[in-house]
Amino acid sequence: MQLARIIGDIVATIKDPKLSGHRLLVLQPIAPDRSAAGRTLVAVDTTGSGVGEYVFFVRGREAAFPFFPDEPPVDACVVGIVDSTDLAAATESLLVP
Amino acid sequence: MLLAKIVGTVVATRKDERLVSSKLLVVRPMDPSGKPEGHYLVAVDTVNAGVGETVLIVSGSSARMASGLKDCPIDAAIVGVVDQIEVKD
Repeated sequence: MQLARIIGDIVATIKDPKLSGHRLLVLQPIAPDRSAAGRTLVAVDTTGSGVGEYVFFVRGREAAFPFFPDEPPVDACVVGIVDSTDLAAATESLLVP
Repeated sequence: MLLAKIVGTVVATRKDERLVSSKLLVVRPMDPSGKPEGHYLVAVDTVNAGVGETVLIVSGSSARMASGLKDCPIDAAIVGVVDQIEVKD
């Protein structure tokens, strides 16, 4: 899993039937210090999270597992909202506001 | 999933028999602002998308979950046509 910040959402009327009813979010992967780390991607949501929130997401075939027994064609899925992260050696607060 | 712009089509007469009658498109991944990003991909279309449209690509083994592509030898499928991208950064 990876940490990310939700930076936007996507509207798509024509889509795979198994994707209907699922929200599509634009994610920016981040490092624990909240700086951007890597390319943006689109993920489906299972947590009811919104723009600006810090989340973690799962990539790959496993991203469809939260919808079991349905198998939607998704390769990235937001599976949790981050309340805080805590690194033992960190000097600055990494609490998510 | 990735956002991408469709930039062309692929014609292939000799191909795996499970790819017969699937539409192959050349896509260029992009970021939400429309800036091209990364390498070109060949993706199987499942939503009747066309050249110039912005689409949603699912890649890896999840691509086989798209409708009609069960057990097909593919690793990228077009699963949505993007109407609107709203980014608040």
